Amino acid sequence: MMTKFLSRNRHTVQRLGFSFITLMAVMTVLPIVGTIIYILFQGGSAISWDFITGFPHDGMRAGGILPAIIGTLYLTIGTAIFSVPLGIAAAIYLSEYAKDNQWTRLIRLAIINLAGIPSVVYGLFGLGLFVLFLKFGTSILAASLTLSIMTLPVIISTAEESLRAVPQAFRTVSISLGATRWQTIRKIVLKEALPGILTGVILGLERAAGETAPILFTGAAFFLPRLPQSPFDATMALPYHLFVISTQVPEMPIQIQYGTALVLLVFVLTMNLIATVIRSRARARRQW
Amino acid sequence: MTNKILIENLSLQYSDGTESLRGVSMGIRQNAVTVLFGPAGGGKSTLLRCLNRLNDLTEIKASAGRILIDEENILDAKTDVIALRRKVGMVFARPVPLPMSIRENVTYGLELAGEKRKSKLDEAVERSLKLSAVWDEVKDRLNDPAIALSGGQQQRVCLARVIALQPEIILLDEPTSGLDPISTGKVEAALLELKKEYTIILVPHSIQQAARTADYAAFFLQGELIEYGEGKSLFTVPKQKKTEDYIMGRFG
Repeated sequence: MMTKFLSRNRHTVQRLGFSFITLMAVMTVLPIVGTIIYILFQGGSAISWDFITGFPHDGMRAGGILPAIIGTLYLTIGTAIFSVPLGIAAAIYLSEYAKDNQWTRLIRLAIINLAGIPSVVYGLFGLGLFVLFLKFGTSILAASLTLSIMTLPVIISTAEESLRAVPQAFRTVSISLGATRWQTIRKIVLKEALPGILTGVILGLERAAGETAPILFTGAAFFLPRLPQSPFDATMALPYHLFVISTQVPEMPIQIQYGTALVLLVFVLTMNLIATVIRSRARARRQW
Repeated sequence: MTNKILIENLSLQYSDGTESLRGVSMGIRQNAVTVLFGPAGGGKSTLLRCLNRLNDLTEIKASAGRILIDEENILDAKTDVIALRRKVGMVFARPVPLPMSIRENVTYGLELAGEKRKSKLDEAVERSLKLSAVWDEVKDRLNDPAIALSGGQQQRVCLARVIALQPEIILLDEPTSGLDPISTGKVEAALLELKKEYTIILVPHSIQQAARTADYAAFFLQGELIEYGEGKSLFTVPKQKKTEDYIMGRFG
Protein backbone atom coordinates (compact mmCIF):
# COMPACT_ATOMS: atom_id res chain seq x y z
CA MET A 1 0.00 0.00 0.00
CA MET A 2 2.70 2.41 1.13
CA THR A 3 5.08 1.46 -1.68
CA LYS A 4 2.31 1.92 -4.18
CA PHE A 5 1.62 5.39 -2.84
CA LEU A 6 5.29 6.28 -2.92
CA SER A 7 5.89 5.01 -6.41
CA ARG A 8 2.91 6.86 -7.81
CA ASN A 9 4.13 10.04 -6.22
CA ARG A 10 7.81 9.51 -6.70
CA HIS A 11 8.24 12.91 -8.30
CA THR A 12 6.66 14.58 -5.29
CA VAL A 13 8.85 12.51 -3.00
CA GLN A 14 11.94 13.46 -4.93
CA ARG A 15 11.04 17.12 -4.85
CA LEU A 16 10.42 16.91 -1.10
CA GLY A 17 13.72 15.21 -0.53
CA PHE A 18 15.54 17.68 -2.68
CA SER A 19 14.00 20.64 -0.84
CA PHE A 20 14.97 19.06 2.48
CA ILE A 21 18.60 18.68 1.41
CA THR A 22 18.68 22.23 0.07
CA LEU A 23 17.31 23.49 3.37
CA MET A 24 20.07 21.65 5.25
CA ALA A 25 22.69 23.18 2.98
CA VAL A 26 21.31 26.67 3.52
CA MET A 27 21.28 26.10 7.27
CA THR A 28 25.02 25.53 7.28
CA VAL A 29 25.47 29.00 5.81
CA LEU A 30 23.19 30.69 8.35
CA PRO A 31 25.49 30.64 11.42
CA ILE A 32 28.42 32.27 9.64
CA VAL A 33 26.29 34.89 7.87
CA GLY A 34 24.37 35.50 11.08
CA THR A 35 27.53 35.97 13.12
CA ILE A 36 29.03 38.39 10.63
CA ILE A 37 25.88 40.48 10.35
CA TYR A 38 25.37 40.54 14.12
CA ILE A 39 28.93 41.60 14.87
CA LEU A 40 28.88 44.15 12.07
CA PHE A 41 25.65 45.57 13.44
CA GLN A 42 26.83 45.69 17.05
CA GLY A 43 30.41 46.78 16.51
CA GLY A 44 30.31 48.77 13.28
CA SER A 45 29.74 52.03 15.11
CA ALA A 46 32.94 51.61 17.14
CA ILE A 47 35.15 51.45 14.08
CA SER A 48 36.98 54.68 13.40
CA TRP A 49 40.48 55.77 12.50
CA ASP A 50 41.24 56.46 16.17
CA PHE A 51 39.97 53.01 17.14
CA ILE A 52 42.37 51.32 14.74
CA THR A 53 45.37 53.54 15.43
CA GLY A 54 44.97 54.54 19.07
CA PHE A 55 45.94 53.07 22.42
CA PRO A 56 43.28 52.03 24.91
CA HIS A 57 42.73 54.36 27.87
CA ASP A 58 40.40 54.86 30.83
CA GLY A 59 41.02 51.24 31.89
CA MET A 60 40.38 50.16 28.27
CA ARG A 61 36.86 51.54 28.35
CA ALA A 62 37.80 54.08 25.69
CA GLY A 63 40.38 54.64 22.99
CA GLY A 64 41.67 52.24 20.36
CA ILE A 65 43.10 48.78 20.04
CA LEU A 66 46.30 49.42 18.05
CA PRO A 67 48.60 47.41 20.35
CA ALA A 68 46.33 44.38 20.06
CA ILE A 69 46.24 44.63 16.25
CA ILE A 70 50.00 45.02 15.99
CA GLY A 71 50.49 42.23 18.51
CA THR A 72 48.36 39.80 16.54
CA LEU A 73 50.25 40.78 13.40
CA TYR A 74 53.59 40.10 15.13
CA LEU A 75 52.37 36.78 16.48
CA THR A 76 51.12 35.70 13.06
CA ILE A 77 54.39 36.64 11.39
CA GLY A 78 56.37 34.95 14.16
CA THR A 79 54.31 31.80 13.79
CA ALA A 80 54.86 31.86 10.03
CA ILE A 81 58.64 32.19 10.44
CA PHE A 82 58.83 28.96 12.42
CA SER A 83 55.97 26.84 11.13
CA VAL A 84 56.10 27.49 7.38
CA PRO A 85 59.65 26.30 6.59
CA LEU A 86 59.43 23.45 9.07
CA GLY A 87 55.99 22.37 7.90
CA ILE A 88 56.80 22.48 4.19
CA ALA A 89 60.11 20.67 4.72
CA ALA A 90 58.33 17.96 6.70
CA ALA A 91 55.67 17.63 4.00
CA ILE A 92 58.33 17.31 1.29
CA TYR A 93 60.04 14.62 3.29
CA LEU A 94 56.82 12.69 3.85
CA SER A 95 55.57 13.01 0.28
CA GLU A 96 58.77 12.74 -1.73
CA TYR A 97 61.39 10.88 0.27
CA ALA A 98 59.87 8.81 3.07
CA LYS A 99 59.26 5.15 2.43
CA ASP A 100 56.15 3.59 3.84
CA ASN A 101 57.51 1.96 6.98
CA GLN A 102 57.10 1.91 10.78
CA TRP A 103 59.06 5.11 11.17
CA THR A 104 56.96 7.22 8.78
CA ARG A 105 53.79 5.70 10.16
CA LEU A 106 54.91 6.88 13.59
CA ILE A 107 55.51 10.39 12.23
CA ARG A 108 52.06 10.46 10.65
CA LEU A 109 50.47 9.23 13.86
CA ALA A 110 52.25 12.00 15.74
CA ILE A 111 50.98 14.63 13.31
CA ILE A 112 47.40 13.40 13.52
CA ASN A 113 47.55 13.42 17.30
CA LEU A 114 49.16 16.85 17.34
CA ALA A 115 46.12 18.14 15.44
CA GLY A 116 43.80 16.69 18.07
CA ILE A 117 45.37 18.23 21.15
CA PRO A 118 43.25 20.97 22.80
CA SER A 119 44.82 24.39 22.32
CA VAL A 120 45.04 25.12 26.05
CA VAL A 121 47.33 22.12 26.40
CA TYR A 122 49.66 23.69 23.86
CA GLY A 123 49.58 26.79 26.03
CA LEU A 124 50.68 24.84 29.08
CA PHE A 125 53.35 23.04 27.08
CA GLY A 126 54.64 26.36 25.73
CA LEU A 127 54.72 27.76 29.26
CA GLY A 128 56.77 24.80 30.45
CA LEU A 129 59.18 24.57 27.53
CA PHE A 130 59.63 28.03 26.06
CA VAL A 131 58.74 30.42 28.88
CA LEU A 132 60.27 28.59 31.84
CA PHE A 133 62.75 25.96 30.66
CA LEU A 134 64.27 27.90 27.75
CA LYS A 135 63.80 31.14 29.72
CA PHE A 136 62.24 33.10 26.83
CA GLY A 137 59.84 34.60 29.37
CA THR A 138 56.32 35.64 28.53
CA SER A 139 57.19 36.90 25.08
CA ILE A 140 56.26 37.13 21.41
CA LEU A 141 58.95 34.51 20.78
CA ALA A 142 57.51 31.98 23.22
CA ALA A 143 53.95 32.60 22.02
CA SER A 144 54.95 32.32 18.35
CA LEU A 145 56.75 29.04 18.97
CA THR A 146 53.74 27.69 20.85
CA LEU A 147 51.39 28.74 18.05
CA SER A 148 53.80 27.22 15.53
CA ILE A 149 53.55 23.80 17.13
CA MET A 150 49.79 24.08 17.05
CA THR A 151 49.80 25.18 13.38
CA LEU A 152 52.29 22.59 12.13
CA PRO A 153 49.89 19.68 11.66
CA VAL A 154 47.59 21.81 9.49
CA ILE A 155 50.46 23.02 7.32
CA ILE A 156 52.10 19.61 7.05
CA SER A 157 48.97 17.73 6.10
CA THR A 158 47.67 20.25 3.54
CA ALA A 159 51.14 20.67 2.03
CA GLU A 160 51.66 16.92 1.82
CA GLU A 161 48.27 16.53 0.17
CA SER A 162 49.10 19.23 -2.40
CA LEU A 163 52.45 17.62 -3.16
CA ARG A 164 50.88 14.20 -3.59
CA ALA A 165 48.27 15.64 -5.96
CA VAL A 166 51.01 16.48 -8.48
CA PRO A 167 50.92 13.60 -10.98
CA GLN A 168 53.58 10.95 -10.46
CA ALA A 169 54.24 10.94 -14.22
CA PHE A 170 55.78 14.44 -14.00
CA ARG A 171 58.37 13.12 -11.57
CA THR A 172 59.18 10.07 -13.71
CA VAL A 173 59.53 12.18 -16.85
CA SER A 174 61.70 14.77 -15.12
CA ILE A 175 64.01 12.09 -13.70
CA SER A 176 64.20 10.39 -17.10
CA LEU A 177 65.39 13.69 -18.59
CA GLY A 178 68.37 13.73 -16.27
CA ALA A 179 66.99 15.69 -13.32
CA THR A 180 67.91 14.80 -9.79
CA ARG A 181 65.17 14.18 -7.28
CA TRP A 182 65.69 17.58 -5.69
CA GLN A 183 65.69 19.38 -9.07
CA THR A 184 62.43 17.62 -9.88
CA ILE A 185 60.90 18.73 -6.60
CA ARG A 186 62.10 22.29 -7.01
CA LYS A 187 61.28 22.84 -10.66
CA ILE A 188 58.12 20.80 -11.07
CA VAL A 189 56.55 19.44 -7.91
CA LEU A 190 56.85 22.44 -5.60
CA LYS A 191 55.90 24.85 -8.36
CA GLU A 192 52.71 22.93 -9.08
CA ALA A 193 51.88 22.34 -5.42
CA LEU A 194 52.63 25.89 -4.27
CA PRO A 195 49.07 27.30 -4.47
CA GLY A 196 47.75 24.39 -2.43
CA ILE A 197 50.57 24.74 0.07
CA LEU A 198 49.95 28.49 0.40
CA THR A 199 46.26 27.88 1.01
CA GLY A 200 47.12 25.48 3.82
CA VAL A 201 49.65 27.90 5.27
CA ILE A 202 47.17 30.75 5.32
CA LEU A 203 44.42 28.64 6.83
CA GLY A 204 46.83 27.42 9.50
CA LEU A 205 48.05 30.92 10.31
CA GLU A 206 44.51 32.20 10.35
CA ARG A 207 43.71 29.74 13.12
CA ALA A 208 46.81 30.78 14.99
CA ALA A 209 45.84 34.45 14.70
CA GLY A 210 42.50 33.79 16.33
CA GLU A 211 43.68 31.55 19.19
CA THR A 212 43.64 32.69 22.80
CA ALA A 213 44.55 29.69 24.91
CA PRO A 214 48.06 29.01 23.55
CA ILE A 215 49.17 32.62 24.07
CA LEU A 216 47.43 33.02 27.41
CA PHE A 217 50.43 31.81 29.45
CA THR A 218 53.16 32.33 26.90
CA GLY A 219 53.03 35.84 25.48
CA ALA A 220 49.80 37.75 25.94
CA ALA A 221 49.65 40.83 28.12
CA PHE A 222 46.59 42.28 29.80
CA PHE A 223 47.60 45.83 28.99
CA LEU A 224 50.80 47.46 27.76
CA PRO A 225 51.30 51.20 27.48
CA ARG A 226 53.62 50.83 24.46
CA LEU A 227 54.17 48.56 21.50
CA PRO A 228 56.53 45.58 21.95
CA GLN A 229 60.13 46.49 21.10
CA SER A 230 61.67 43.04 20.66
CA PRO A 231 60.66 39.38 20.32
CA PHE A 232 61.34 38.99 24.02
CA ASP A 233 58.61 41.46 24.97
CA ALA A 234 55.12 40.37 25.85
CA THR A 235 52.37 41.71 23.63
CA MET A 236 48.70 42.44 23.55
CA ALA A 237 46.73 40.42 21.01
CA LEU A 238 43.24 40.72 19.55
CA PRO A 239 41.71 37.44 20.77
CA TYR A 240 43.10 37.82 24.27
CA HIS A 241 42.15 41.49 24.40
CA LEU A 242 38.64 40.52 23.41
CA PHE A 243 38.54 37.99 26.22
CA VAL A 244 39.82 40.59 28.68
CA ILE A 245 37.40 43.36 27.77
CA SER A 246 34.48 40.94 27.63
CA THR A 247 35.03 39.33 31.03
CA GLN A 248 37.57 41.19 33.12
CA VAL A 249 36.59 44.84 32.79
CA PRO A 250 33.40 46.02 34.52
CA GLU A 251 31.16 48.57 32.76
CA MET A 252 32.84 47.96 29.43
CA PRO A 253 31.05 49.71 26.54
CA ILE A 254 29.57 47.00 24.34
CA GLN A 255 30.52 48.72 21.05
CA ILE A 256 34.19 48.42 21.87
CA GLN A 257 33.82 44.70 22.56
CA TYR A 258 32.05 44.10 19.29
CA GLY A 259 34.30 46.52 17.47
CA THR A 260 37.30 44.47 18.60
CA ALA A 261 35.55 41.28 17.53
CA LEU A 262 34.85 42.86 14.16
CA VAL A 263 38.50 43.80 13.63
CA LEU A 264 39.59 40.24 14.52
CA LEU A 265 36.96 38.84 12.19
CA VAL A 266 38.06 41.08 9.32
CA PHE A 267 41.70 40.10 9.96
CA VAL A 268 40.90 36.40 9.77
CA LEU A 269 38.41 36.61 6.90
CA THR A 270 40.87 38.66 4.84
CA MET A 271 43.41 35.87 5.15
CA ASN A 272 40.72 33.41 4.19
CA LEU A 273 39.83 35.49 1.15
CA ILE A 274 43.46 35.61 0.05
CA ALA A 275 43.64 31.83 0.31
CA THR A 276 40.47 31.46 -1.76
CA VAL A 277 41.76 33.80 -4.46
CA ILE A 278 45.09 31.98 -4.67
CA ARG A 279 43.32 28.64 -4.94
CA SER A 280 40.85 29.62 -7.63
CA ARG A 281 43.49 31.41 -9.70
CA ALA A 282 45.78 28.39 -9.53
CA ARG A 283 42.96 26.07 -10.49
CA ALA A 284 42.23 28.15 -13.57
CA ARG A 285 45.87 28.13 -14.60
CA ARG A 286 46.61 24.50 -13.79
CA GLN A 287 47.77 22.35 -16.69
CA TRP A 288 46.81 18.90 -15.44
CA MET B 1 77.42 -3.19 -37.38
CA THR B 2 78.40 -3.34 -33.74
CA ASN B 3 76.50 -3.97 -30.55
CA LYS B 4 75.74 -0.72 -28.78
CA ILE B 5 74.25 -2.53 -25.83
CA LEU B 6 75.07 -5.96 -24.47
CA ILE B 7 72.66 -7.48 -21.97
CA GLU B 8 74.12 -10.40 -20.06
CA ASN B 9 72.00 -12.82 -18.08
CA LEU B 10 69.73 -10.10 -16.72
CA SER B 11 67.21 -11.16 -14.06
CA LEU B 12 64.94 -8.94 -12.05
CA GLN B 13 62.07 -9.29 -9.66
CA TYR B 14 59.83 -6.52 -8.33
CA SER B 15 59.02 -6.44 -4.64
CA ASP B 16 55.31 -7.00 -5.28
CA GLY B 17 56.24 -9.99 -7.43
CA THR B 18 54.60 -8.71 -10.63
CA GLU B 19 56.63 -8.42 -13.81
CA SER B 20 60.10 -9.86 -13.91
CA LEU B 21 62.96 -10.81 -16.16
CA ARG B 22 64.64 -14.20 -16.19
CA GLY B 23 68.12 -14.67 -17.57
CA VAL B 24 67.81 -12.33 -20.55
CA SER B 25 70.88 -12.05 -22.77
CA MET B 26 70.94 -10.09 -26.01
CA GLY B 27 73.00 -7.64 -27.98
CA ILE B 28 71.39 -4.49 -29.39
CA ARG B 29 72.73 -3.02 -32.61
CA GLN B 30 73.69 0.56 -33.18
CA ASN B 31 71.70 2.70 -35.64
CA ALA B 32 68.84 0.26 -35.91
CA VAL B 33 65.34 -0.13 -34.57
CA THR B 34 65.14 -3.06 -32.18
CA VAL B 35 61.61 -4.04 -31.29
CA LEU B 36 60.69 -5.79 -28.04
CA PHE B 37 57.30 -7.44 -28.38
CA GLY B 38 55.09 -10.01 -26.73
CA PRO B 39 52.04 -10.21 -24.47
CA ALA B 40 51.59 -7.86 -21.51
CA GLY B 41 53.61 -8.68 -18.43
CA GLY B 42 56.40 -10.18 -20.49
CA GLY B 43 59.12 -7.90 -19.16
CA LYS B 44 59.51 -5.53 -22.11
CA SER B 45 58.91 -2.32 -20.16
CA THR B 46 60.99 -3.63 -17.29
CA LEU B 47 63.90 -4.16 -19.63
CA LEU B 48 63.52 -0.64 -21.03
CA ARG B 49 63.47 0.81 -17.55
CA CYS B 50 66.66 -1.06 -16.71
CA LEU B 51 68.46 0.55 -19.61
CA ASN B 52 68.15 4.08 -18.19
CA ARG B 53 68.00 2.94 -14.57
CA LEU B 54 64.48 4.33 -14.19
CA ASN B 55 63.81 1.18 -12.22
CA ASP B 56 65.77 2.83 -9.43
CA LEU B 57 62.49 4.56 -8.60
CA THR B 58 60.70 1.25 -8.14
CA GLU B 59 61.04 -1.26 -5.35
CA ILE B 60 63.03 -4.17 -6.61
CA LYS B 61 63.47 -7.40 -4.72
CA ALA B 62 66.38 -8.90 -6.55
CA SER B 63 68.36 -8.33 -9.70
CA ALA B 64 71.32 -10.01 -11.31
CA GLY B 65 73.30 -9.77 -14.52
CA ARG B 66 74.98 -6.97 -16.41
CA ILE B 67 74.03 -4.38 -19.00
CA LEU B 68 76.98 -3.07 -20.97
CA ILE B 69 76.51 0.17 -22.88
CA ASP B 70 79.67 1.02 -24.79
CA GLU B 71 81.31 -1.73 -22.76
CA GLU B 72 80.49 -0.18 -19.39
CA ASN B 73 78.25 -1.94 -16.92
CA ILE B 74 75.53 0.58 -16.21
CA LEU B 75 74.04 -1.48 -13.39
CA ASP B 76 77.20 -0.84 -11.42
CA ALA B 77 76.60 1.19 -8.26
CA LYS B 78 79.24 3.69 -9.39
CA THR B 79 77.39 4.59 -12.58
CA ASP B 80 76.52 8.27 -12.96
CA VAL B 81 72.78 7.76 -13.49
CA ILE B 82 72.16 11.39 -14.44
CA ALA B 83 74.67 11.17 -17.28
CA LEU B 84 73.26 7.77 -18.22
CA ARG B 85 69.73 9.17 -18.51
CA ARG B 86 70.96 11.98 -20.74
CA LYS B 87 72.58 9.37 -22.93
CA VAL B 88 69.59 7.01 -22.89
CA GLY B 89 66.37 8.95 -23.47
CA MET B 90 62.86 7.63 -22.95
CA VAL B 91 59.42 8.26 -24.42
CA PHE B 92 56.48 6.92 -22.44
CA ALA B 93 53.22 5.30 -23.45
CA ARG B 94 51.08 8.25 -22.49
CA PRO B 95 52.36 11.64 -23.63
CA VAL B 96 53.25 13.53 -20.47
CA PRO B 97 53.98 17.15 -21.32
CA LEU B 98 55.48 18.87 -18.29
CA PRO B 99 53.29 21.74 -17.03
CA MET B 100 55.10 24.42 -19.02
CA SER B 101 55.33 25.78 -22.55
CA ILE B 102 56.29 23.74 -25.61
CA ARG B 103 59.67 25.43 -25.75
CA GLU B 104 60.33 24.89 -22.03
CA ASN B 105 59.43 21.23 -22.40
CA VAL B 106 62.10 20.83 -25.05
CA THR B 107 64.75 22.83 -23.21
CA TYR B 108 64.02 21.34 -19.77
CA GLY B 109 66.68 18.64 -19.92
CA LEU B 110 69.27 20.88 -21.53
CA GLU B 111 68.84 23.59 -18.94
CA LEU B 112 69.23 21.01 -16.19
CA ALA B 113 72.44 19.96 -17.90
CA GLY B 114 73.63 23.55 -17.49
CA GLU B 115 73.03 24.96 -20.97
CA LYS B 116 72.12 28.63 -20.59
CA ARG B 117 72.98 30.18 -23.94
CA LYS B 118 69.76 31.19 -25.65
CA SER B 119 71.16 30.61 -29.15
CA LYS B 120 72.07 27.01 -28.28
CA LEU B 121 68.67 26.41 -26.72
CA ASP B 122 66.80 27.89 -29.68
CA GLU B 123 68.86 25.82 -32.03
CA ALA B 124 68.10 22.64 -30.05
CA VAL B 125 64.39 23.46 -30.00
CA GLU B 126 64.20 23.83 -33.76
CA ARG B 127 66.44 20.89 -34.55
CA SER B 128 64.69 18.41 -32.27
CA LEU B 129 61.16 19.53 -33.14
CA LYS B 130 62.05 19.12 -36.80
CA LEU B 131 63.53 15.67 -36.25
CA SER B 132 60.39 14.56 -34.43
CA ALA B 133 58.26 15.91 -37.29
CA VAL B 134 56.21 18.42 -35.30
CA TRP B 135 58.04 21.68 -36.03
CA ASP B 136 55.66 22.91 -38.72
CA GLU B 137 52.68 22.39 -36.45
CA VAL B 138 54.06 24.19 -33.38
CA LYS B 139 56.65 26.69 -34.59
CA ASP B 140 54.26 29.63 -34.30
CA ARG B 141 53.17 28.87 -30.76
CA LEU B 142 56.26 27.66 -28.96
CA ASN B 143 55.27 29.61 -25.85
CA ASP B 144 51.86 28.03 -25.54
CA PRO B 145 51.35 25.42 -22.84
CA ALA B 146 52.29 22.01 -24.22
CA ILE B 147 49.10 20.53 -22.78
CA ALA B 148 47.07 22.53 -25.33
CA LEU B 149 48.39 20.38 -28.18
CA SER B 150 46.64 17.29 -29.49
CA GLY B 151 47.74 13.91 -28.16
CA GLY B 152 49.77 13.12 -31.26
CA GLN B 153 51.52 16.48 -31.19
CA GLN B 154 52.19 16.13 -27.47
CA GLN B 155 53.85 12.78 -28.03
CA ARG B 156 56.09 14.17 -30.76
CA VAL B 157 57.03 17.09 -28.49
CA CYS B 158 57.89 14.48 -25.84
CA LEU B 159 60.10 12.78 -28.42
CA ALA B 160 61.71 16.13 -29.28
CA ARG B 161 62.31 16.71 -25.57
CA VAL B 162 64.40 13.53 -25.55
CA ILE B 163 66.19 14.31 -28.81
CA ALA B 164 67.16 17.76 -27.54
CA LEU B 165 69.54 16.13 -25.09
CA GLN B 166 71.32 14.47 -28.04
CA PRO B 167 71.15 11.02 -26.51
CA GLU B 168 72.74 7.99 -28.12
CA ILE B 169 69.92 5.60 -27.38
CA ILE B 170 66.17 6.29 -27.45
CA LEU B 171 63.75 4.02 -25.62
CA LEU B 172 60.10 4.12 -26.63
CA ASP B 173 57.51 2.33 -24.50
CA GLU B 174 54.37 1.93 -26.65
CA PRO B 175 54.68 5.55 -27.76
CA THR B 176 51.72 5.40 -30.11
CA SER B 177 49.27 3.45 -27.96
CA GLY B 178 47.00 6.45 -27.50
CA LEU B 179 47.39 7.96 -30.96
CA ASP B 180 45.29 7.89 -34.12
CA PRO B 181 46.71 6.19 -37.24
CA ILE B 182 47.89 9.43 -38.83
CA SER B 183 49.83 10.53 -35.75
CA THR B 184 51.16 6.99 -35.42
CA GLY B 185 52.41 7.15 -39.00
CA LYS B 186 54.18 10.44 -38.27
CA VAL B 187 55.90 9.03 -35.20
CA GLU B 188 56.98 5.91 -37.10
CA ALA B 189 58.31 8.01 -39.97
CA ALA B 190 60.27 10.07 -37.45
CA LEU B 191 61.77 6.86 -36.04
CA LEU B 192 62.97 5.80 -39.49
CA GLU B 193 64.72 9.12 -39.81
CA LEU B 194 66.11 8.99 -36.28
CA LYS B 195 67.71 5.57 -36.55
CA LYS B 196 70.35 7.01 -38.85
CA GLU B 197 71.78 8.79 -35.84
CA TYR B 198 70.47 6.92 -32.84
CA THR B 199 70.05 3.44 -31.47
CA ILE B 200 66.33 2.89 -31.03
CA ILE B 201 64.57 0.38 -28.84
CA LEU B 202 60.83 0.27 -29.30
CA VAL B 203 58.08 -1.57 -27.48
CA PRO B 204 55.37 -1.45 -30.16
CA HIS B 205 51.68 -1.32 -29.39
CA SER B 206 50.77 -3.92 -32.00
CA ILE B 207 52.36 -6.76 -33.97
CA GLN B 208 51.70 -4.79 -37.15
CA GLN B 209 53.77 -1.92 -35.82
CA ALA B 210 56.46 -4.36 -34.75
CA ALA B 211 56.61 -5.83 -38.24
CA ARG B 212 56.58 -2.38 -39.89
CA THR B 213 59.39 -0.86 -37.88
CA ALA B 214 61.68 -3.68 -36.76
CA ASP B 215 65.20 -4.07 -38.04
CA TYR B 216 65.63 -6.55 -35.22
CA ALA B 217 62.90 -8.09 -33.13
CA ALA B 218 62.87 -9.83 -29.77
CA PHE B 219 59.91 -11.85 -28.54
CA PHE B 220 59.37 -11.83 -24.78
CA LEU B 221 57.10 -14.19 -22.91
CA GLN B 222 56.71 -14.15 -19.13
CA GLY B 223 60.07 -12.55 -18.53
CA GLU B 224 62.02 -14.74 -20.90
CA LEU B 225 63.53 -13.92 -24.25
CA ILE B 226 62.05 -16.57 -26.52
CA GLU B 227 63.38 -15.54 -29.89
CA TYR B 228 65.59 -12.77 -31.21
CA GLY B 229 66.66 -12.05 -34.74
CA GLU B 230 66.31 -9.88 -37.81
CA GLY B 231 62.82 -8.45 -38.11
CA LYS B 232 62.19 -9.63 -41.65
CA SER B 233 62.90 -13.29 -40.98
CA LEU B 234 61.41 -13.37 -37.49
CA PHE B 235 58.03 -12.11 -38.64
CA THR B 236 57.90 -14.31 -41.74
CA VAL B 237 59.56 -17.54 -40.63
CA PRO B 238 59.79 -17.62 -36.83
CA LYS B 239 61.95 -20.43 -35.51
CA GLN B 240 60.13 -20.98 -32.23
CA LYS B 241 56.65 -22.44 -31.99
CA LYS B 242 55.66 -19.92 -29.28
CA THR B 243 56.72 -16.98 -31.44
CA GLU B 244 54.77 -18.32 -34.37
CA ASP B 245 51.67 -18.87 -32.24
CA TYR B 246 51.84 -15.31 -30.96
CA ILE B 247 52.40 -13.74 -34.36
CA MET B 248 49.58 -15.77 -35.85
CA GLY B 249 47.33 -14.55 -33.07
CA ARG B 250 46.79 -17.94 -31.52
CA PHE B 251 47.28 -16.49 -28.03
CA GLY B 252 48.00 -13.22 -26.31
